[in-house]
This record gives sequence, C-alpha cells and structure tokens, in this order.
Amino acid sequence: MSQEFEPKIMAFICKWCTSAGADLAGVSRMEYPPNVIPIQVMCSGSISPLYVFSALSQGADGVLVSGCHPGDCHYMKGNYFARRRLALVKKLLEYIGLEPERFQMSWVSATEGVKFTQIIKDLVKELKPLGPQTKLRRNP
Amino acid sequence: MKRTGVFVCHCGINIAGTVDVKKVAAELAKHPGVAHAEDYVYMCSDPGQNLIIKAIKEKNLDSVVVACCSPNLHETTFRNAAKLAGLNPYRCEIANIREQCSWVHREMSRATPKAIRITRSAVERVKRNEALEAVSVPVTKRALVIGGGIAGIQAALDLGNAGYEVVLVEKSPSIGGHMSQLSETFPTLDCSQCILTPKMVEVSKHPKIKLMAYSEVQEVSGYVGNFKVKILKKPTYVDPDKCTLCDECTKVCPVVVPNEFDTGLTGRRAIYIPFPQAIPATYTLDDKACPGMFDTAIACGKCADVCKPGAINFDMKPEIVEVDVGAIIVATGYDLYDKALMAEYGYGKYPDVLDGLQFERLLSASGPTRGRLLRPSDKKEPKEVVFIQCVGSRDPELHWPYCSKICCMYTAKHAMLYKHHVHDGQAYVFYIDIRSGGKNYEEFVHRAVEEDGVLYLRGKVSRVFENNGRLIVWGVDTLTGKQVEIAADMVVLAMAIRPSRGTEELAKKLKIALDKDGFLAEAHPKLRPVESMTSGIFLAGAAQAPKDIPEAVGQASGAAAKAIAILSQDRLFHSPTVARVLRNLCTGCAMCVNVCPYEAISLKEGKAEVNEILCEGCGTCSATCYRNAIQVKNLTPLHVQEMIIASLGG
Repeated sequence: MSQEFEPKIMAFICKWCTSAGADLAGVSRMEYPPNVIPIQVMCSGSISPLYVFSALSQGADGVLVSGCHPGDCHYMKGNYFARRRLALVKKLLEYIGLEPERFQMSWVSATEGVKFTQIIKDLVKELKPLGPQTKLRRNP
Repeated sequence: MKRTGVFVCHCGINIAGTVDVKKVAAELAKHPGVAHAEDYVYMCSDPGQNLIIKAIKEKNLDSVVVACCSPNLHETTFRNAAKLAGLNPYRCEIANIREQCSWVHREMSRATPKAIRITRSAVERVKRNEALEAVSVPVTKRALVIGGGIAGIQAALDLGNAGYEVVLVEKSPSIGGHMSQLSETFPTLDCSQCILTPKMVEVSKHPKIKLMAYSEVQEVSGYVGNFKVKILKKPTYVDPDKCTLCDECTKVCPVVVPNEFDTGLTGRRAIYIPFPQAIPATYTLDDKACPGMFDTAIACGKCADVCKPGAINFDMKPEIVEVDVGAIIVATGYDLYDKALMAEYGYGKYPDVLDGLQFERLLSASGPTRGRLLRPSDKKEPKEVVFIQCVGSRDPELHWPYCSKICCMYTAKHAMLYKHHVHDGQAYVFYIDIRSGGKNYEEFVHRAVEEDGVLYLRGKVSRVFENNGRLIVWGVDTLTGKQVEIAADMVVLAMAIRPSRGTEELAKKLKIALDKDGFLAEAHPKLRPVESMTSGIFLAGAAQAPKDIPEAVGQASGAAAKAIAILSQDRLFHSPTVARVLRNLCTGCAMCVNVCPYEAISLKEGKAEVNEILCEGCGTCSATCYRNAIQVKNLTPLHVQEMIIASLGG
C-alpha cells in the first residue's frame, strides 16, 4: 500500500464553544488536516452514547466530542453531564478492546481556534498508526 | 419523496479557492431527495437570494440547504429568503463549508470531498426537519432593577421615562450607591453628590418607579417576559410617611456602630439616616445594632419616646412582596477588595493606611472631617502622602489578574485634590502603567503631574511600616532601577474592584453566570455586552466588570433599551427547536427532569412534560433518556443518525 492511511474522524461539536472555536480557526486561516467531519449539536450534553457507537459502526476511525470548558457551558451544566456520561462510554470502548485514542473528548472555547487546530492535528497523528477501525465497523 | 434544493456558494474565492464548488453541486444533485443543486458566486447577495427563492418556487422545493459560511453569519438571511418563497424557515439548513472546511484546508482534492460530506449531512438533516412555528408568550410590561447605585438609578429612570413601570430594589436604606460617597468625579471635578442627588430625587418622585429600599431579592422564577420575583422588605421600624427627619432620635440613641457611609471612619447610631440627602428620606433602625431588638426583645425605647410624630414602630415585621416583571436589570455594583488581605501594606495596623473610598470620605465636604484633609490617627494635616495603585489588581500570583480600570484615574484625582487641600504637601503615586483611556482622561493625569507636581514612580511597593511616627514606604522605581524609601504621613491604597458582596448568591437566584473573576458574565464580550446568558436579564454597571461612572451610565441606558425592546412587545417569540416528549415511549422515570438546567420538564400524569417557553433546546434531556422518548425538534436521534451516515458513508 503506497498511499498513507487517512483516518476518518467524526466530530460532535457544540454550537456555542467548540464550533465557534472551529469557526475562529477558519477566520484566522489556520490549517488542519481535512480528516474530520463536524456535526454541530447544541450542547455536548445532548450527545448520546449511541451517537458515538453509531459513528464507529458507520466506519469512523475516530470520534471526537468537544464542548465548552467545564463551568463555562452555555446551558450551565450540559458539559458536566457529557463528561460523566462519555467517560463511561470511553471505559466501555476500552473494555471491549478499542484503542483509547479512537474516542476522545476535549473542551474548546469560542476563542480557542489554535487549540481546536492542535487537537485535530494531534488526533490525526495518533490515529494514523492505528490503521482502520474494524472492531465496531458494520461492514469491515 | 423529498424535494430538497442545494445551493453552493463560491464566496468569491473564499470557498471556490479550495473547494470545487461545481463538483459539490454535481455530486449533491445525485444525492437521494435532492431535486435541484446549483452554485453561485455570492449566495448571500440579493441576486443569490433571489436565485434560491426562484428555485424553490419553480422546482417546487420543500427544503433547502445552503452550503456557505458559518450558520452564525447567514442562517437568518437564508431562512428569511426561504420564508419569502413560502417555505417554513426551519426547513432551511446551512452546511458550513467555509470556516470549517475551505478556510482550514489547502488541498482542493481533499477539501472537496469533505465539503460534499458536510453538505450531504445537512441535506439528511433538513429532509427530516419539521415545519415549526415560533412559540409565543404574553409579556408583563414591568421591569425589575436590582441595585440602586448610579447604574440602577439610570436604568430605572430610562425605563420609567419610556412609560414602563419599574420596581427598583436596593438592599441598603438609601439609593445612591458608591457614587454618593465620592467627593469629586474625574475628569471634571464635578461634586459627585451634586450631580447624583437630582437623579435620586427624580427616582423618588417618579410616578412609574416603585422604590423598595432596604429590600433584597429572595427568589426568582419564570422566564423572559414573565418573571415572578419575591422581594424581602426588611423592617426599618420607622414609618417613612410620619418621619419628619427632625433627627431627635439619633441624639438619644445610646448605641454607636461604624458608619458604613463614612467607610467606618466615623460612627453612627443604631437609628440613623445614611446621609442627609438619602432617598427614601427616612430613618432606619438597624435591628442588628439596636440591643433590644434581638437580645431581650425590649428596645430601650428612647428613640420612640422623643419621636413627636410617633413614626417609630417596634412591631414592624419583615415582609415578602411578590412582583411580576417582564425583564430584569442587574446593577449590583462593586465593593473594594478586602484590605485585610494586604498585610504588607499595614492596613488595619496603622490608622493612616486608607483605601480609596475612605480617602474620598476624607476629601468630601460631608465627610468625617467636613472637607478638611486630616489624617485619622492624630487629626493632623498629612504633608506627604503615598498613593499605591493596583493593590490586589493585575496580580495573578497572589490576588486578581484583571485591571480594576478606574484606579489610575481616581488616584490622579486623589493626588490632585490632596494638593488642592494641602498646598505645601507632596503626593507620590506608585503605578505599574497609567491607563487613562477615556475622553479628557489623559489630559487629567497630565494636569495632576504638571499643575500639582504629583510625583509618579513606576514600580511596586513591597512594604509599609511605621518608624518614629511616620509610615515608611519601601518601593522600587523601575525606570531608574533604584530602590525608593519614602517617609509618609498617610498611605492610600487603590484596592481592586470586586463584585459587590452577595453577587454570587444573587446570580444563583437569577440563574445567570459569573465570569472567572466573579463578575456577572455578559452574553458576548463584544456584541452582547449588556445581556446575560439568560434571556430577559440584563447587566449594568460595575457588577459586570470594573467601570467608571460614564460607562456604568451608558451600559445602564443600553440595558434599559434592551429591556424596553422586550416590554414594548405584546407577545414574545421563542425558538421552537425545543424538546418534545413522545408520550407512548415515556415511562415517567424523571431522569430528564433531573438533568434539565432550566427546570423546563415536569412530570404530569406519570409522563414527562416540557414547558416550551422555559426550554432552551440544549438536548441534555434527550441524551439522558434511554428510550429516546424525549427529543429536540429538528435534531432528534434520527436526524443525527442519518447525518452520521451521510458524513461517513460513501
């Protein structure tokens, strides 16, 4: 295989912080690899564990969930729920043998375009050596 | 079969430079349910919008995706265009292929497939979107203003003058706030009380303003347009209608406690009027100071004995007053940072180490020294005074990282006024930087230096201690690199500005956020500076951030205008993308009730029910429900599932 593996990443990002931070990265013309497809949700608290499993079963090589910083949630406490709920999801995924790099959470504020860029860069870098995710993929 | 239209914007070369827009349109045209796809150079332009409108009508489209910039910019534009063509605005979605695609990638060969995926995902979403109508609620045409300082006074007057009823709540016995304590104001040296008291009088006489002094907000419920507020009216034990302000009661009251208005530099009696111009013009019996009130339940009664009009009533009880309001303005102001935390400057140990507000009182004609500048310890005129700026501010290691903003200016004013009182005195100012941004502010600082010979030393003070009856100030002048020692008669500390005590509790009652330093958080630092995150609650004055009087007044008028924009409506509209309960799936487990940050969900007949007006549509409930029985309209689990497939498939 001559071509380098390019992981497909599904990113669930909240409208108020991370999506705004991602917009800022765009406005500031920063650059990150195009491996990530974003889905904007209202709040990280609205991300059901099923969304994560669904993305992995649809062939995502990695999933990112990103919301407002703890304490800064636009809806006051949605990201606290996300943090607790998704920490369990992460444990479960690791328990069934998925590499921990494949599911990540981050907190990116509306002013952190640089941080968003860095997170995507790091994520792609970490996922590349792992190769395609086949464990939960529906049609591997 | 759905008939979705896809419109791909070039945004000049902003998108077309890295995304092959023609290919995006061509690929999307093949997507199931897409009846029409085209690209255009500027979709947001009038011709671009007309093109969308025309296509909706001609191709009989039932939904629209515009692949363009961030939805924060043109979602409203395109939804309105869809509406003009007869579509429900919620059947239009934006695919963000600029900020989150073309602007952050460089290779067209890889950005184009990503743009296609993002656009497909939006198509899958919009295909399932329902036509929604905004939720409408009636509006209570009355406002609540919390805090009777200059910001609260201004907001109340603006609202009242616009013809709306206002309830102005102030926790202390008089309105006026810190501005009433100041001697003169920078940069004009206007007498502070002289410009404030006319506004206070206007408040007291205003037919639309109901002033509730010595009262506190106890509980707030409801939502924009329809808040219900419980206000605790503390007993003053004096009937304001009978009180003639004869002042006989204070002459006989045996109790002396520190006078808050004079920042503790003088005492007051248990029965008192904060200052002569106080509004409401009446006396207050401080039940925490009066020994009879709590200890024995029998007051000494001397005040009542001498009160000829019989205004004193020991049986007065706390009262809870309920008011309905449509909008709330929070103007709770500031307090100075606790000086006790600055042990190195000797506050509390040396009586002649004062804070800025205490110095204001010493300068004030109505102050403890009747306008003569005498130091507290021995009532002598201080010949050398050291002013220290940024005490507790701009000090991220030990205290607060932010700039308190007003200290540079009031310290220049203090030094100047000091020289006006003590002509042969010398004022020194230790500063980090001089920040005098503001109309005529820079000139004012120059006046202090040039006309009044104030000596500015750039550096911090390490220690203040007493030696031979003088206060020795050890500091450094970083411009010469030399250590400085000044023997002073008085030291004035420009303490950091903090949100007033009780701000945190009040913010909790109002369900509004605080920023990292404890000030009230605005909805957007640049574009929504007077709004809180909670719709219908607005911010004014130093409770939001340290600010000077003109800024506080300006913000108050801004907040009043924002409140009027609500009160002037007969009905309010609210985004309809709120949660909905599928009653046949709901088991009534109440998990959603517990996680809702807005208390918008309740159980009714064993099933969850959403108050559409309280719901903000965050979706935390939907992620909690293990049966998907509660879902946010137009972003249901089905929407997301299909968006995931469209994003990753192919």
